[in-house]
Amino acid sequence: MSNPALETIQKEIDNNDVVLFMKGEADAPMCGFSSMVVQVLRHTGVEFKDVNVLADNDLRQGIKDFTNWPTIPQLYIKGEFVGGCDIVREMYESGELKGMLEANGVKTA
Amino acid sequence: MAMDAKTIENLIHAGIPDADVRIEDLRGDGDHYAAYVVSPSFKGKSRVQQHQMVYNALEGRMGGELHALAIQTSLPKE
Repeated sequence: MSNPALETIQKEIDNNDVVLFMKGEADAPMCGFSSMVVQVLRHTGVEFKDVNVLADNDLRQGIKDFTNWPTIPQLYIKGEFVGGCDIVREMYESGELKGMLEANGVKTA
Repeated sequence: MAMDAKTIENLIHAGIPDADVRIEDLRGDGDHYAAYVVSPSFKGKSRVQQHQMVYNALEGRMGGELHALAIQTSLPKE
């Protein structure tokens, strides 16, 4: 039996260069960690699709199963799972995030 | 239900025996910690894989019993 939540996740990361599965929305984050990643992405000047996992419990659990990663937020670039808040912040501070985006042909500020 | 720092440290040690682990209680509420984990076993692994090793050591408590754990992994200085 296929899992619609996993299909939704796959579709989002296939159809958007940068996807952030988060608690709340980019304009109204509902958790400090999610808010932190939104700010990092905004500072980097990259467009991204925000997906509010609080709006759908299957999605909230599905995203954790999808990557075997127990927490939210989760950032994807070109279909690849990049990490949660800690990793994204570390990559931002080291410049790796911008490098990865540009290496994947994603426009940044 | 919160967790105490010593339990977190012991779990990570059990899961990654050669790790040097330091836990910092960020807010004193037993719910917001940072874990600094240094281990040779991280060699050749991506950050995601390194963090997954720590999460696996916590045996599924992450995100449930343990609400917030900031993780920083690194290799020992050569």
